[in-house]
Amino acid sequence: MARPDTKLDFQTEWQYAPAPETTDHVRIDPQYGLYIGGEFVAPRSGEYFDTINPAKEKKLARIAKADRGDVDRAVKAARRAYENVWSKMKPAERGKYLYRIARTLLERAREFSAIESLDGGKPIRESRDVDIPLAAAHFFYYAGWADKLEYAFPGRRAAPLGVAGQIIPWNFPLLMAAWKIAPALACGNTVVLKPAETTPLTALKLAELMRDVDLPPGVVNIVTGAGETGAALVEHPDVDKIAFTGSTEVGRIIQRALAGTRKHYTLELGGKAANIIFADAAIDQAVEGIVNGIFFNQGHVCCAGSRLFVQEAIAETVIARLKDRMETLIVGDPLDKNTDIGAINSAAQLEKIEEYLRIGKAEGAEVYQSSARLPESGFFCRPTIFTGVSQSNRVVQEEIFGPVLSIQTFRTFQEALDKANNTPYGLSGGVWTDKGAKIFKMTRALRAGVVWANTFNKFDPSSPFGGYKESGMGREGGLHGLSAYVELH
Amino acid sequence: MAARGRKKGTGNVARSADSASRGNGGERVAVAKTYKLYIDGRFPRSESGRYYRLERQPPGKASSRNGGELIANPCRASRKDFRDAVVAARTALTGWSSSNAYLRGQVVYRAAEMLEGRREQFVEELVLQGVPRAAAADEVRASIDRLVYYAGWADKYQQVFSSVNPVSTPHFNFSVLEPMGVVAIVAPESSGLLGLVSNIAPAVAGGNTCVVLASQTLPLSAVSFAEVLQASDFPGGVVNILTGLREELLDQFASHMDVNAVVLCEGDADAARKTQQLAADNIKRVVLRPAAAWDDAAAQSPYHIGDTQEVKTTWHPIGG
Repeated sequence: MARPDTKLDFQTEWQYAPAPETTDHVRIDPQYGLYIGGEFVAPRSGEYFDTINPAKEKKLARIAKADRGDVDRAVKAARRAYENVWSKMKPAERGKYLYRIARTLLERAREFSAIESLDGGKPIRESRDVDIPLAAAHFFYYAGWADKLEYAFPGRRAAPLGVAGQIIPWNFPLLMAAWKIAPALACGNTVVLKPAETTPLTALKLAELMRDVDLPPGVVNIVTGAGETGAALVEHPDVDKIAFTGSTEVGRIIQRALAGTRKHYTLELGGKAANIIFADAAIDQAVEGIVNGIFFNQGHVCCAGSRLFVQEAIAETVIARLKDRMETLIVGDPLDKNTDIGAINSAAQLEKIEEYLRIGKAEGAEVYQSSARLPESGFFCRPTIFTGVSQSNRVVQEEIFGPVLSIQTFRTFQEALDKANNTPYGLSGGVWTDKGAKIFKMTRALRAGVVWANTFNKFDPSSPFGGYKESGMGREGGLHGLSAYVELH
Repeated sequence: MAARGRKKGTGNVARSADSASRGNGGERVAVAKTYKLYIDGRFPRSESGRYYRLERQPPGKASSRNGGELIANPCRASRKDFRDAVVAARTALTGWSSSNAYLRGQVVYRAAEMLEGRREQFVEELVLQGVPRAAAADEVRASIDRLVYYAGWADKYQQVFSSVNPVSTPHFNFSVLEPMGVVAIVAPESSGLLGLVSNIAPAVAGGNTCVVLASQTLPLSAVSFAEVLQASDFPGGVVNILTGLREELLDQFASHMDVNAVVLCEGDADAARKTQQLAADNIKRVVLRPAAAWDDAAAQSPYHIGDTQEVKTTWHPIGG
């Protein structure tokens, strides 16, 4: 198929003027304590760590490091709040607090968006249009469930579990906090939340917000720190439930650590999603879907469409158009409203991605990167594709968690399906075709918890999310997300 | 047969009916039954050639390996038998999980019909293993009814537990239940037939395939139940039943990398911890079903089907 000469040259003829989001409305304290029992307190150890802006490599604030004793304080506060206040409150009143959080979050959405981009490196366009509005929507959605749980579990009575320990990643810091806190509180549990060490700020701003809306002290506690803080939370004997989002590797450690305890747990782990393009797909839309699937949030997405499968007949066309489209992607300042791909979250993550680029090349894959100009400081990575790879390549099998796509071709439906399912992961998948029957045949056969047909990377509070196989267990979001926070009698 | 060391003069279940007439001139000698494994729709012996002694106990006391009169030499399944059974279950999964719910309901119902027709055999077998006759009759009746119960759920639980989700963007979005895949079930030790049926039925009604370890002390009903399954249009490999030693096989059930979920019935604290630890190797789902009154109404529930189901959510744009 001839390559249409529709390529737009954004690099020379079309220059975008800078469109930076202002930050004069943003308040970031120089230092944050731990949020325990409704107030910010100093860590017992007196130790703090820095959280930085990955786009500038500059310090944003000092963050308290919670040790085992601090975690114990937080769990005790959560237990007290559970026993004395939250479990005794009328469900409808619990719901009203969640509504307050949702509404106030929207009032402060602009500030939260800017901080999310400053602390995590994601483009302001995504923080503003996806992360923060979805977080607010999540609270709003679960607020309404608080007094309606008897309709969610036919024939059973749902009771809260108690104190939930929640550990969240750095790729969607506030959104993941909302995914965890909202259903937990709606079901009558109290919470100790540990944000990721590179992105604690929006969770701490959420703590301020919860204080401002008079959420009873201790109902939500936030302990900052790294892996050790998380381990202390997982191992704490008075925690009734662990909810974790992160890597499969850590998920395994947590599942082992919880063996033999009475603790409930849900795990949202890694992924290596197949995105399958059939020859009869609408190609331009599919190319947009590929871009959104892998380059959304710098590819720091557990459900990213990181394995592309294109039917042979259109492979050349799709790859050519994808390369053209990649050229138009602006990599740069996360706070610029024109930016498509922001900063890689941390130096460590950038190193991991670059290691995979080396591995891919060493394995014989052909690499293509856009010619995007990168800022001089900060952690950045050009959008990258690997072609000439096979199923056994590490860049095809392992989660890279960056803007790196591997591309394979297929001839038949069955070949696409077999390759797509040939992975220990099973979080998400995508299929592109104009044939309805083929869509349903493929979406049914893919062993994955979320399947996007003719779209990719869509999220909604009412839509359950979670994996098959080694991508984790349990669901977050929707009616099914309630199960993670109740015991049925 | 002699190699198995069966004591002369001891009757197993198949012999016992005729035992009174044994030795009289002209009377027939009963035909003994060999209790074998059930893998991929066939009845092989253990590839290991091993067996264990199952001995008669006073009524009301479960049979055991030592001290009583020999009633059977069940196979002592090996790890290899288990791995073979997982291969059979994995192979059968594609067909069974995509068969329609009405069909699955009918196949499970057919198992109830077959069991109904063999009630006497199952009662005798339970009695032989030490279950009092009245309790044995109750257990067989309850097992049949349990199959009917889950047969009825096969084409209904999806409607109860699925959802259409009102997302804010112009997409059609729905969530349905799908089977987890291959389920390894360590059946209850205390209830050789009803406990077994209560755990197989919700898994297979939900489209999973399974490998089951029978009660070690009450294994005979499990092998005979395999015959019921084989006569019930269950495709080979959908249910695979092993007999053997729990302590020897539990680790395999929990750790096998091609098993999606493990159901541990009546496991003690140590077994539960070990199972969870090993299950983490491939993030296996672990369902713990503690000792229960298996004849209680609470022992049957569509939520038990849900225990081995995944939720799949599908999105599609709405537009021109």
